[in-house]
Amino acid sequence: MKLMGFLLLVAGWALVVSAIALLPSATARAGFGLAGVAVELGGLALVVHAHLVLTMKKP
Amino acid sequence: MTPALPFLSDSSAALCLLLILLVPLACVGLALLNTGLGRSRSASHAMLSSLCVLAVAALLYVIVGSSLQGAAGRPAHAFVIAGKTWNWIAAEPSFLRGVHLDLSPASLVVLLQIFSVGLAGLIPISSGADRWKLGATCASTALLAGWTYPLFSHWVWGGGWLAQLGANYGLGRGFLDGAGSGTIHAVGGLTALSITWILGPRPGKYSSEGISAAIPGHNAVLVLLGCMCAWLGWLGLNASGAILFAGAEPSSVVLIAVNTTLAAAAAGLTTAVVTRFRFGRPDASLVANGWMAGLVASSAAAPFLKPAAAIVLGAVAGGLVPFAVDLLEFKLAVDDPGGAISVHVVGGIWGLLAVAALSDAGTRDASNGQWLAQVVGVATLIGFVLPLTYGLNWLLNRCYRQRVDVEGDWQGMDLHELGAGAYPEFDIHSDEFIQR
Repeated sequence: MKLMGFLLLVAGWALVVSAIALLPSATARAGFGLAGVAVELGGLALVVHAHLVLTMKKP
Repeated sequence: MTPALPFLSDSSAALCLLLILLVPLACVGLALLNTGLGRSRSASHAMLSSLCVLAVAALLYVIVGSSLQGAAGRPAHAFVIAGKTWNWIAAEPSFLRGVHLDLSPASLVVLLQIFSVGLAGLIPISSGADRWKLGATCASTALLAGWTYPLFSHWVWGGGWLAQLGANYGLGRGFLDGAGSGTIHAVGGLTALSITWILGPRPGKYSSEGISAAIPGHNAVLVLLGCMCAWLGWLGLNASGAILFAGAEPSSVVLIAVNTTLAAAAAGLTTAVVTRFRFGRPDASLVANGWMAGLVASSAAAPFLKPAAAIVLGAVAGGLVPFAVDLLEFKLAVDDPGGAISVHVVGGIWGLLAVAALSDAGTRDASNGQWLAQVVGVATLIGFVLPLTYGLNWLLNRCYRQRVDVEGDWQGMDLHELGAGAYPEFDIHSDEFIQR
């Protein structure tokens, strides 16, 4: 789960950067950029959850 | 268009040098804060760690980091996507061989960066307090100062692709981070988060039911003195950073100093009010963290704000800190003894977004392009810097275990690693926080 979270973090960033580099219109860039940020937040939630579970297992 | 360093007259360069020489006070402040918010049995270790971090950071930055970071207008590697140049890493020789160390802007950048990378390296000490081995602290700092920090710093301050978002894609003035809310503090704070995840919590911090035990800092006087030292250091950091990296005129030093002070003042007072209403009285350590969050947030935006906006910036930073500390400690089980993640990550990201939200930087001539540029910068911190710094520290942990062994957990870091405590004439209490 942790690895998946980190992969999502990087994927979200790649989406943001690709949107800026490849899309011509400002609206599309903003839309895909925000979608990338949403993917990153999903990844961050997975990483946080993985560590939370780990911490609770080893008090 | 490749951005270049600003031209500085002799008097402006001398002023900039004086401002840069204030920056080590920010390091002193952070070291005092880290020590005071930790436990008495690890106080000496925390201070020695701070000194070692400053040493390792300076050496690694000069040997490796400066060649990867470079400066705007200096040699760099780039590739082209859809006709636009993406400058991703500097191509300078190591050991500062390409820089004349006089009063030139490039040499002032080097001096400021030697102090700044040390400041970034001090941030994780707070999160790893009472369980992070001295050798591991130095090794982790080497990774930060040699690779993570210079890479992101090149993108923002070295004429890299984030700095050129404006010129290449019309996003306002490109990613703006006047004096390091993101480049110094969020990078250091994300490394701190990685370190807390890798080390795990201190023994006794969480019960088997997940209930958090309070382990208070041992010296509020050190903490609050640290805040005052940090304030002086930040005045120099924000002003010199704005001149060298954000194109601010040397005459704007007064505005930057006023904004920095107002942001810290508003943040500290807001945290005091919030903790007064939540807990019945102001909490000294949280107020100190609020003050620091105001300083951190001001770094990105201070040159672009009007004083009233600086007050709003600080008030929001100070209001966020107590809630961020609670969220991390009670909900997410992140044992961050000094609150570094709340201060430097939350405060830093808020400062970056405030450049678009509260200032007129870029917005007059580029509508909302500045917003997108700032969001891209924040996304890069979370989506690239966090995995990078976590991955490097995870690999380091596989080669050399970063957490102290069980015996060290019981003895405290001073006795275990240094053989003597910081306060030998005082009675250091046994470990009352640990449930045997």
